[in-house]
Amino acid sequence: MFRWLEKNLPKIVMAPAVGLIGWFVYGFVLWTLYISFTNSKILPKYELWGVGQYTKLWASRKWLIAVDNLLIFTALFLIFCIVIGIILAIFLDQKIRAEGLLRTIYLYPMALSFIVTGTAWKWILNPTLGIQKMFIDWGFENFTFDWLVNREMAIYTIVIAGVWQSAGFVMALFLAGLRSVEDEIVKAAKIDGAGLFTVYWKILLPMMRPVFFTSFVILVHISIKSYDLIVALTQGGPGISTTMPALYMTQTAFHKSQVGLSAASAMMMFMAVAAVIIPYLYSELRRENAR
Amino acid sequence: MQDSLQTSSYKQLEQKSKYTNIFLRWFLYFILILFASYFIFPLYVMIVTSLKTMEEIRQGTLLTWPSALNFESWGVAWGGRGYGAGDTFLRPYFWNSIKMVVPAVFFSTFIGAMTGYVLTKWRFKGDQWVFLFLLFGCFIPFQAILLPMARTLGVLGISNSVIGLVLVHTVYGIPFTTLFFRNYYVSVPTELVKAARIDGAGFFKIFFKILLPISAPIIVVTVIWQFTQIWNDFLFGSTFSFGEAAPIQVALNNMVLSSTSVKEYNVDMASAIIAGIPTLIVYVLAGKYFIRGLTSGAVKG
Repeated sequence: MFRWLEKNLPKIVMAPAVGLIGWFVYGFVLWTLYISFTNSKILPKYELWGVGQYTKLWASRKWLIAVDNLLIFTALFLIFCIVIGIILAIFLDQKIRAEGLLRTIYLYPMALSFIVTGTAWKWILNPTLGIQKMFIDWGFENFTFDWLVNREMAIYTIVIAGVWQSAGFVMALFLAGLRSVEDEIVKAAKIDGAGLFTVYWKILLPMMRPVFFTSFVILVHISIKSYDLIVALTQGGPGISTTMPALYMTQTAFHKSQVGLSAASAMMMFMAVAAVIIPYLYSELRRENAR
Repeated sequence: MQDSLQTSSYKQLEQKSKYTNIFLRWFLYFILILFASYFIFPLYVMIVTSLKTMEEIRQGTLLTWPSALNFESWGVAWGGRGYGAGDTFLRPYFWNSIKMVVPAVFFSTFIGAMTGYVLTKWRFKGDQWVFLFLLFGCFIPFQAILLPMARTLGVLGISNSVIGLVLVHTVYGIPFTTLFFRNYYVSVPTELVKAARIDGAGFFKIFFKILLPISAPIIVVTVIWQFTQIWNDFLFGSTFSFGEAAPIQVALNNMVLSSTSVKEYNVDMASAIIAGIPTLIVYVLAGKYFIRGLTSGAVKG
C-alpha cells in the first residue's frame, strides 16, 4: 500500500487539478452543449429538442445585432490596437529618453478593470459635461460629440475605450519581439545601404510574423469575450444597439430566463473562440516540439 | 578636383541628413508624447474630477484644475454619508474583494505549482496531453460554463457568497498558474532532481528543498497575474453574487448605475479610483513582473 502510494504520488498530487478542470471546464461545457439542444426555459429540462434553440437564435434580431457589433468591434479593435502598438514599439525602439516612463504610461490601462475604464470613459464621453462641453467652452460652439447616446455611433465609443485599454499590450509584445532580433541583422542591412524605414518595413516587420499571430489571437479572444466594458459603458444601449454576444448570453440566461437559448448562444461563442485558438495551440505545440 | 567635389557633396549629404535626423527626432518625440497624453488623459480626468465639487464640475471643463484639493467625494465613496437605506459605499465590498482574492490566489498558485512540478519533473506517459488538457481551460469563454456553475454553487449552498467566488476563481485560475509554473520548471535542469532522487529525497522534499527556493520570480509573476485577474473580474462577481457578498467591481458598477436624483460624477470617479488603486499600485511597484505575466500568460488568455 505504502509502496503504491509512493509510486503514484505525483499522479495523486496532480489529480485535483485534472479533476477540477475535467469537471468544471469540460463537464460544464458538455452540459451547456446538451442544454442547448433542449427546450429549457427557467429550469433546465433534459429531453432533447433538436436544434430549435439555434434556429431561434439566428432568427433573433438582437442576436444578429450582437454578431454584427462583434464583427465591427473586432475589426476596428484589431486594426487600431495593432497599428498603434507597432508604431509605439518601433518609436520606442529608437533609443528614446525616458523610455521606461513612456512604457509605463502606455501599459498602465492593462492593470485596470474594464469596469473602472468604462466608468471613466462614460464620464469623459457624456455629452452634457464631458468632451463636448470642453470643446464648446474652448470656443467651438457647434461642436457635437454624442456618440455615447447615438444608436449609430455608440459601438465606436466601445472601440475607443477598448483600444485605449489594450493597445499598450500589443506595444509590449512587439517591443519584446523587436528587442529579440539580433543587432547583426540590422547592421548588415544598414551596411548594404538600407534606410531605417526599409529596415523595418522589409526586414524586421516580416520577422515579427509570430508576434502578429499572437496579438491577433489575443485580441480576437478579448473581443469575443468582451462583456464588462459594455456593461460599464453603455449596458448594450441606447436601445439594444451595442449588444454583443457575451452580453446577449447573460441577459438571456439571467434576466429573460431562457436557459436553452442562452446555452445555444454560449456555444456559438465557444465555437468562435475554438476556431481561433485550436490552430494557434496547434502551431505553438509544433513550434515547441521542433525546438 | 574630383576628390574635393566628392567630399563636398558628401558633406552636404551628411549635413542634410543631420537636419532630417533632428526633424525626425522631434517628430518621434511628438508622436510618443501625443500617445502618452491619450493614455494619461482618462486617469488625469478621473483624478481632477474626484477632487472637484459638483458646482465646479458644472462650471469648468474636463481638464480644469480643481480650485482646492477637496477629498470629500473620496470619503463619500469609501464610507458613505452616514444615512441608512440607499447609501451605497465601497468599504464593505472592498473587504469582500480582499477576502475573495487572498485565498483564491493562494490556492490556485499552490495547485499550479504542484501540477507544474509534476508535469516537468515527474514526467509520465501522456503528460503532454494532460498539459494540453489543462491549457485549453485558459481559453474557454466563460459564458459556456456560467449556467452549470450557477446551479452547482446553488446545490453546494454557496451561491451569493465569498466562498463561492473563491472556489470559482481558484478553479478557473488553475490553467494559468499551471502554465506559468510548468514553463518555468521546464528550464530547471532535471539533473538536479535526479541527483536528489538518488540521494533518497522524496517527492515533497525535492519540491520544498530544491524547486521552491528558486521559484521566487515565478511565484511573484503568478501571484500578480492572479491578483489582477481576480480583483478585476466582473463576470463571475456579477453573475454569482449580489447584494452584500458582491466584490468591489460589482459594487462600483452598481454605484455608478444607481439612478439617484443627482448624478455625482466626483463620487463616481473617486469610487473608480478606489476600485483601481490596488492593481495600479502592484503595476507601478512590480511592473516588470506584471509585464512578464502579461506576455506569457495573456498570450494564452
